[in-house]
Amino acid sequence: MNDIAIEIENVSKEYRLGIINHGMLYKDLQSWWAKITGKEDPNSLIMSNDISKQIDKQGRFWALQDISFKIKKGDLIGIIGRNGAGKSTLLKIISKITTPTSGIIKINGRISSLLEVGTGFHPELSGRDNVYLNGAILGMKKREINNKFDEIVDFSEIGKFIDTPVKRYSSGMYVRLAFAVAAHLQPEILLLDEVLAVGDARFQKKCLGKMEEVSKNEGRTILFVSHNMSSIASLCKRGILLGNGRMVIDSSAVGAVQHYYMENSSFLGEISDFKDSEKSGDDIASILNAKIINSQGVVATEFNIHEDIIIEYEYSVTKDNHKLNPNINLYNIQGVRIIISIDSLLDPDGALKKKKGVYKARCIIPGNLLNDGSYYIDLLLHTYETNTCHFVVRDALRFTIVDPMDETKTRGDYRGEWAVLIRPALKWECEKIK
Amino acid sequence: MISPKNIDQWTTIIKPRSGWLELKIGELFHYRDLIMLFVKRDFVAIYKQTILGPIWFIIQPIFSTLAFTLIFGNVAKIPTDSIPHALFYLSGIICWNYFSSCLIKTSDTFIANSYIFGKVYFPRLTVPISIIITNLITFLIQFILFIGVFLYYYYTQPNIHPNVGIVFLPFLIMQIALLGLGFGIIISSLTTRYRDFNYLLGFGIQLWMYGTPIVYPLTEIPDKWKLLFILNPMTAIVETFRYSFIGKGGVSALYLIISVIMTIILLIIGLLLFSRVEKNFMDTV
Repeated sequence: MNDIAIEIENVSKEYRLGIINHGMLYKDLQSWWAKITGKEDPNSLIMSNDISKQIDKQGRFWALQDISFKIKKGDLIGIIGRNGAGKSTLLKIISKITTPTSGIIKINGRISSLLEVGTGFHPELSGRDNVYLNGAILGMKKREINNKFDEIVDFSEIGKFIDTPVKRYSSGMYVRLAFAVAAHLQPEILLLDEVLAVGDARFQKKCLGKMEEVSKNEGRTILFVSHNMSSIASLCKRGILLGNGRMVIDSSAVGAVQHYYMENSSFLGEISDFKDSEKSGDDIASILNAKIINSQGVVATEFNIHEDIIIEYEYSVTKDNHKLNPNINLYNIQGVRIIISIDSLLDPDGALKKKKGVYKARCIIPGNLLNDGSYYIDLLLHTYETNTCHFVVRDALRFTIVDPMDETKTRGDYRGEWAVLIRPALKWECEKIK
Repeated sequence: MISPKNIDQWTTIIKPRSGWLELKIGELFHYRDLIMLFVKRDFVAIYKQTILGPIWFIIQPIFSTLAFTLIFGNVAKIPTDSIPHALFYLSGIICWNYFSSCLIKTSDTFIANSYIFGKVYFPRLTVPISIIITNLITFLIQFILFIGVFLYYYYTQPNIHPNVGIVFLPFLIMQIALLGLGFGIIISSLTTRYRDFNYLLGFGIQLWMYGTPIVYPLTEIPDKWKLLFILNPMTAIVETFRYSFIGKGGVSALYLIISVIMTIILLIIGLLLFSRVEKNFMDTV
């Protein structure tokens, strides 16, 4: 017997764009009307630059192209990639929800997929009935559920409400019960899609722990698709990065996560094109450009750990008399938000209300605050009085902090790794007192 | 490509959609608990938060029978083979109810469950199978009502002659189920592409009822139209059902055989279409 759990060979998946439910005439008319009225053609909406790479000459859209890899038994693999990279399509094919257009997948072992928790829960049924129903949908036999039932109820912390219809549950209870069933599945291969993004933090941790424990002790193979880079990096050994339906890299999980950030950084230290951003402006203010500079005023993406990092962005204000608060979010490479910083001057007399014009916001992140590693920044502009967000540019700028190991400001004689989120130089006072 | 020896090593092999019929009976059997849980769910859920609950199962045929007796029997004066009106209509109604509810509910399989189907794999056929079982329970409750009415007339009227046909009743009921299933999964497979079929079914089933000897007996049909009625598989089923209990009607063994053949053909077409559609329907729904 071999030790391969899943073997994926040259798998591709094609979707036909919009042909299925629209007659060609209808589409043509729609496009023609859009052209006349000067609106954006609704049929070309999907054709952003990124996606057009996946469309071949015949107008077919390839959600996956020629994916091949093998997964060993007991492996914990993370699959990452941007929205539309093909992660979910791949998972759907492996879990038999749809078929590949070409290629073949061989699976060795009983497989369960968890693309969602609580699939098939019926609000009118009691918690007990739903445990059985959901378990059976996920492939468990009644006997297996019988054996695990008490454990499931324990894990879910539902207690005496197990015989209450789930429509009376709080959303937290609902999710806990759903997850408890999922956590007690016993397949040899488990496919997980972002399901951990539910429940409160404490329960999430419990689930992650359970999962890790199972994969270690029972040698279960787990395939994990997530946007949460920190859980991928911390849970998985191996990482596969997909981009535009193709495999970009197959390496260690940390390597893949790092590659993910590097790959998406065509703009690193400087950005002036915001058409792909979440929101680049409104009728009050819009972002013009942004950059990271060092203390000499030069655009940079790599900083010495002792250096100040200066974030600068310019925005135009097109309406008078709004108080505008620039702010940034700073994330580390695992996706953990480390800093939210707001230009927070109070304005009791309204003097800070901005006139029309172009403004520059500047935020200085002092040296000896962040740990070494890579970071990325969201740029935002808010009016908090009316709770309006004028622009949000996620992941606009990136930089890396390197530790030259030269000085002794934070490091002292210590030569090891810093497994911390931040590394500020705090003030120490040590003196002889006796 | 793959040698047979290699195949044995793998539990599952996923290939592009190919072939027409891949019935996985073994897999269905593995999921038998799921079928029964679906049955329980549907049965419990239908009448939650109703006062009368399952009594509705009985109220509905009683009222239909009363309405039919009034309109078709007393106003339109359509003959009923000299069978007591209530017995005649009720027998037709419970058979037709079982068939039409199987058909209507299974015809919705893909659309109504696309949410679950898009999230987890299990043999899709478990859903229509559970539907015909759920409806079988309803049918049996209505059947008990029918038996009550039948016994009443049996002891009060001289011309009711139950006969050996009753032995075949289980097969007849199974045929109704398979016919409803077969035709239902044909419609459900087609609706994944064109929703039109659902609307078509909505009034089609009503017309079909009037094309089946529910409110009139087969003996009243002129000979030139008879072939059309014989090709309708429900005709022989309803007539045989009546004949078994009452001993009257225009059904013959030939009609029943044609009906069985039609049922099998429809079921096979249904299974072929269903197994073809189930693999990829998520892409088109």
